[in-house]
Amino acid sequence: MRHILSILSENEAGALSRISGLFSARGYNIDSLTVAPTEDPTMSRFTIVTTGTDDIIEQITKQLNKLVDVVKVVDLTDGNHIERELMLVKVRAAGKDRDEMKRLADIFRGRVLDVTDKSYTIELTGTSEKLDAFLQAIEPGVILETVRTGASGIGRGERVLRV
Amino acid sequence: MQLTGAEIVIRCLQEEGVEYVFGYPGGAVLNIYDELFKQDKVKHVLVRHEQAAAHAADGYSRSSNKVGVALVTSGPGVTNAVTGIATAYMDSIPMVVITGQVPTHAIGQDAFQECDTVGITRPCVKHNFLVKDVNDLALTIKKAFYLAATGRPGPVLVDIPKDVTQATAEFSYPKTVSMRSYSPVTKAHSGQIKKAVSLLLEAKRPMVYAGGGVVLNDAAAQLTRLVRLLGFPCTNTLMGLGGFPGTDPQFTGMPGMHGTYESNMAMQHCDVLLAVGARFDDRVIGNPAHFARNERKIIHVDIDPSSISKRVKVDVPIVGYVGDVLDEMVKIIESSPSRPDPATLKAWWGEIKEWQRKDCLKYDTKSKLIKPQFVVQKLYELTKGDAFITSDVGQHQMWAAQYYKFDKPRRWINSGGLGTMGFGLPSAMGTQLVNPGATVACITGEASIQMSIHELSTCRQYRLPIKIVNLNNRYMGMVRQWQEFFYGNRYSESYVDALPDFVKLAEAYGHVGMKIEKPGDVEGALKEALKQTERLVFLDFITDHKENVFPMVPGGKGLTEMILAEEL
Repeated sequence: MRHILSILSENEAGALSRISGLFSARGYNIDSLTVAPTEDPTMSRFTIVTTGTDDIIEQITKQLNKLVDVVKVVDLTDGNHIERELMLVKVRAAGKDRDEMKRLADIFRGRVLDVTDKSYTIELTGTSEKLDAFLQAIEPGVILETVRTGASGIGRGERVLRV
Repeated sequence: MQLTGAEIVIRCLQEEGVEYVFGYPGGAVLNIYDELFKQDKVKHVLVRHEQAAAHAADGYSRSSNKVGVALVTSGPGVTNAVTGIATAYMDSIPMVVITGQVPTHAIGQDAFQECDTVGITRPCVKHNFLVKDVNDLALTIKKAFYLAATGRPGPVLVDIPKDVTQATAEFSYPKTVSMRSYSPVTKAHSGQIKKAVSLLLEAKRPMVYAGGGVVLNDAAAQLTRLVRLLGFPCTNTLMGLGGFPGTDPQFTGMPGMHGTYESNMAMQHCDVLLAVGARFDDRVIGNPAHFARNERKIIHVDIDPSSISKRVKVDVPIVGYVGDVLDEMVKIIESSPSRPDPATLKAWWGEIKEWQRKDCLKYDTKSKLIKPQFVVQKLYELTKGDAFITSDVGQHQMWAAQYYKFDKPRRWINSGGLGTMGFGLPSAMGTQLVNPGATVACITGEASIQMSIHELSTCRQYRLPIKIVNLNNRYMGMVRQWQEFFYGNRYSESYVDALPDFVKLAEAYGHVGMKIEKPGDVEGALKEALKQTERLVFLDFITDHKENVFPMVPGGKGLTEMILAEEL
């Protein structure tokens, strides 16, 4: 099962290695990891997408909580949540394919950020699934480069993760 | 008051009431050593290798429940200490390790004796710090002691660059510390405790399985009260020996790979298992799938939530300090009229006594060769079970655990989790220093002792009258045993060729050496050694090299799939 873990941690040098090191040392998966400081600069927020059985996710959560730098851990997939990922994708856009590419980007509510006579750079935001769907919708041959941030997530409604 | 970083380090140690620091000087810690020199509150013990500094601080802590302190230099000083730090980490020993680092401006420049200490030690410490500003130093050391000793204890490392030890700051030692990111659960859920007690009272085949957590939390008295109140059988893991008295009739011996037949059978066949400060280690329950074949309700009391349901699914988890939880259990039972049904309990004890009749620890007492078990037994008798026993790792460790009956906690000092050869002698040094006048014996083997043999020199310097009981079978015995059982007697590299003359070696270091070759001389030699209360005595017992440790649960097998001595 895919889980999205949100972690609040002290914004200390080494906090990222402690967290990522825990995953590699204990053989847990990291599908994606994203981190940045919060509105309180002494605190960082991580979003980690991982997969595992309920037992493994329980262990991951407990082990994360045990890290001294970690303040709070929440499994967003336990409740309603919003998930977004940003992708920049550079595609070949020349000749007759050029219009088609623009139309496709529009369908996925993508924005063209940079244009040359041979290429578009498209910005796309959505769930990771939606980004996958866009990449599948275009011919693999036209993709020149992709870069993705990994998922960020937040609970819906009143659900708040803070100290 | 403005102090240098080095002065601050020493003042912090004084404030923490540290008596002994185990260490080894070097470039990056010279300022700290200079301050050590100028005072006499904190005594320094100079080891011969940094691994021993960590082990000695570890043994000091295990035998006293104080926080052990080690001090080493940057680079190789740290990497040498890593084995000792990892050993303490695996057994949850509270320790503070202070390491020197190259100056802050040189960090990352591949400077002389530089290594990424925080990076290298991260997976084997409870937490570590790199102090880049002298103004943070005192608070960081305070945090280190606090983290080491609270919750599930463990080693904490503080890495201090040399320029930070030179810089000055206003010193005041914080009285308390609180960290928003660290709040171990301390008060257990009382509803869960009640649930556990009713399970215990209704149990038909109960078993108490207590581990190192009982020793670490100084909860032996509480455990003993509960077990006696209930009349249940009790087993102590390798780390938990002494947590419940080894001579008590309710004690069934150690469980696990080299546990007793009765303990393993009872662990497997009980209907309610109370696990206290234990973690269902692979060496204790064998194959978890096999262990799960018998249905039982499991109550698990532990300070660390991540130990619960890690290897074995638990029915009643209780997170908290084990001593408090046991106290509360006793209180609930004492104030309630219900007790376990005596007839049912008697029937269960009947089964256990039947298993005990196997006499799984018997060995050949008529042999012309010295049996290692006999040496341990004699040592037990002559020290009246009251010595501090440290050990290394291997067959001798298991024999010590099986044949020395520990009635008190903190008397049995061994590397259970990491299984570190070379642990015995340095940990005995820490044990002897914090228990002056006590008998401290290091039960070891000729392979293990050579991993820390240089510490004989430290023992001489500080006049530590340790008794080294070397069970010399000319083999890495446990390796040889596995090779005999599972590798067709191919003794690949397990024979220790070209052994030194241990008597002469001991004498060369300024100690007393004795070589014992006949069973009839064992008792006399031990008596003579124990009389030498001022001297270290190295007793080299030439033992039967074919002797194996029984019972044995082969790796990956179920707990009841034991090999017994009589079956071979």
